[in-house]
Amino acid sequence: MSGLRAFFAGFVDRNGLPVAIYLGLAVTIWVFLLVALPQLAMLDFSFRHNLPPSKMGGPEDVYTLEQYRYFFLGSEIGGGDWNALDIGVLFKTLLAAVAVTLIDLAICYPVAYLLAHSARGAAGRLMVLALIVPFWVNEILRAFAFRILFGATGVINEAGMAMGLWSAPIDFVGEDVALYAGLSYAYILLMIFPLYNAIESLDRNQIEAARDMGASRIQVHWKVVIPYAKPGIASGSTMVFMLTAGALAAPQILGGPSNLWFTQIVYQWFNDGGNWPRGSAYAIVLLAVCIGFVMLMMRVFRVSIGAIGR
Amino acid sequence: MTKDITLDYVSVQFGDYVAVDGAHLTIQGGEFFSFLGPSGCGKTTLLRCISGFQEPTAGQIRIGGKDMRGIGPNKRPTALIFQNLALFPLMSVADNIAFPLEVRGVDRKTRRRRADELLELIALSGQGDKRISELSGGQKQRVAIARALAVEPDILLLDEPLSALDLKLRQHMRRELRAIQKQVGLTFIYITHDQGEALTMSDRVAVMSRGRIEQVGDARAVYDQPRTAFVASFVGENNALTGRVLGRENGLSTLDLGLPAPVRVATASGPGAKLAPGAECMAFVRPEALRPCAPDAPNAFPATVIREEFEGAQRHLVLETPGPGPAAGPAAGPAAPRELRMTLVNDDRDAAFGPGAAISVGFAPDMACALPPGELASA
Ligand SMILES: Nc1ncnc2c1ncn2[C@@H]1O[C@H](COP(=O)(O)OP(=O)(O)O)[C@@H](O)[C@H]1O
Ligand SMILES: [Mg+2]
Repeated sequence: MSGLRAFFAGFVDRNGLPVAIYLGLAVTIWVFLLVALPQLAMLDFSFRHNLPPSKMGGPEDVYTLEQYRYFFLGSEIGGGDWNALDIGVLFKTLLAAVAVTLIDLAICYPVAYLLAHSARGAAGRLMVLALIVPFWVNEILRAFAFRILFGATGVINEAGMAMGLWSAPIDFVGEDVALYAGLSYAYILLMIFPLYNAIESLDRNQIEAARDMGASRIQVHWKVVIPYAKPGIASGSTMVFMLTAGALAAPQILGGPSNLWFTQIVYQWFNDGGNWPRGSAYAIVLLAVCIGFVMLMMRVFRVSIGAIGR
Repeated sequence: MTKDITLDYVSVQFGDYVAVDGAHLTIQGGEFFSFLGPSGCGKTTLLRCISGFQEPTAGQIRIGGKDMRGIGPNKRPTALIFQNLALFPLMSVADNIAFPLEVRGVDRKTRRRRADELLELIALSGQGDKRISELSGGQKQRVAIARALAVEPDILLLDEPLSALDLKLRQHMRRELRAIQKQVGLTFIYITHDQGEALTMSDRVAVMSRGRIEQVGDARAVYDQPRTAFVASFVGENNALTGRVLGRENGLSTLDLGLPAPVRVATASGPGAKLAPGAECMAFVRPEALRPCAPDAPNAFPATVIREEFEGAQRHLVLETPGPGPAAGPAAGPAAPRELRMTLVNDDRDAAFGPGAAISVGFAPDMACALPPGELASA
């Protein structure tokens, strides 16, 4: 606490009182009002029964694990078996998010490397601009555009058939190609910039030194660039993974009829089901599983939480 | 081990800018060879050509008689030590040194053994598990050398490797580098803008200016028999006097340097011998070659002491003498005063004069040289 006070005093000294007060307020509002409070409200909801408004605060309004039990075991009528459907969807969602993350990583690494170490001046700025501008188009519009692009009479099918690559329209939407493409595209910037930042700060001489000492190009990347860029890879992957797992619009619009995204179940509970406590519990489960998974991956790849902030 | 490196009219052009201009020389296997020149003269570019990071736009580089065109840096018998060392900060000292072996698929045990041997060579035994950031500047330097030696190159290329160190350490590392070179018997190609480094360590030095190689020779030749005005003014301190050749006989040229009387300078060989009577020229007299003398001694001329810089063992006197300065041609007229520097040993009892004194100074004809006029090194 005294450390905090000393820090604050030092900060006031350096930046003046108004700036310090503004920053203090902004951080407090950010942390409490926008981050902590809503999450706590959700957490609170998730431990309650779904009661009509008239009974809220009444004797039946007690804490319960019912909503979580439902996620794991399903309705009581089911007979106490695992709730295979919802758990399955959760797993599928996680797997898909991992896949999207890997796709983005595979696409972004070479681009970020080129941007950082080959593209000079105007060419580099142009590349960055080309990456950013498409994101001025809003997410829904982009998702629908992808749907048209990949549709039975979409540009890709028409072109493929015109070139004779395939004869009948391929159902890209049904096969989830459109979904993966759309999601990969949606969060690509969140992968590219951390990667670019990390790689850009790597001393070019290190790459040349490795080459000079006999390393092949692949070895240079594997042994020098990637270990160096690991914090950037971790932070980009974490963001893409989290946002993909939590995406709603793209799965809704681009997902095949058989493919359910876990967020869609959450949405259904909140909206169609009108069951906010259950929706909250599902959302909390998603959050917890995602955080757990990210932590596990960071353990496996030996990245510290602090490194991600860089 | 004894692979010669031949640069055959190597040029490098970046757009319109010529960074290296027709470098033509042979470096013998086992030699400690330095490229010396001011910053921006193309030294690094030339070194990058030898190491394979840069393809010459013209000319050919041969190592051991083999044309290096199209051969990548990882396939050449060279190892480059970068100006900033480029050690891998995420690897331990031993892993850094063993990196060249690792990428060649050498097994862990052999790698470790070789790293230990090299650590011993650079006097860092037992420090293999340290992180790079835990080493001092001089130790990092030595690790970079060990890592380069692990490649088992025939030629070690060093790009101003000592420039980041402080003066004391730099002088210590000079001796150490030279000792390591003797011990491993490799060819060292060394780049520096520091003439002290180049002169003390090298078997031979190539002096460069604006992408051109001005002169190649051992330290003495470059210092005592400069072949261009640039070399004369860049290597060591020198007084430059512009003037005109009056005549030449018996290897001695008589020059009009705007002094009260003509002076005689030895031009037995070198470019000075080709200066015909009437030609414009530059004469160079080293501060230590300039001596106080009697007014009627040969090559004597009057001067006024303006300033004294006392340096312990030596003292430097800044003198003023009338005549055209080094930059202005003879056309600038004879009256402009110019400054000359004279260095005296501190126990010079005959020269007990200070600022303001009007004295006579002179030099022996063979302690000066006459060269065609040319660009001087900027101070
Ligand atoms: N890749 C490059 N593109 C354009 N100009 C370059 C490049 N590399 C070096 N130069 C130019 O060539 C000249 C010589 O550079 P360099 O060889 O690094 O000099 P030195 O090592 O002697 O200080 C400099 O003027 C530099 O700006
Ligand atoms: Mg350089």
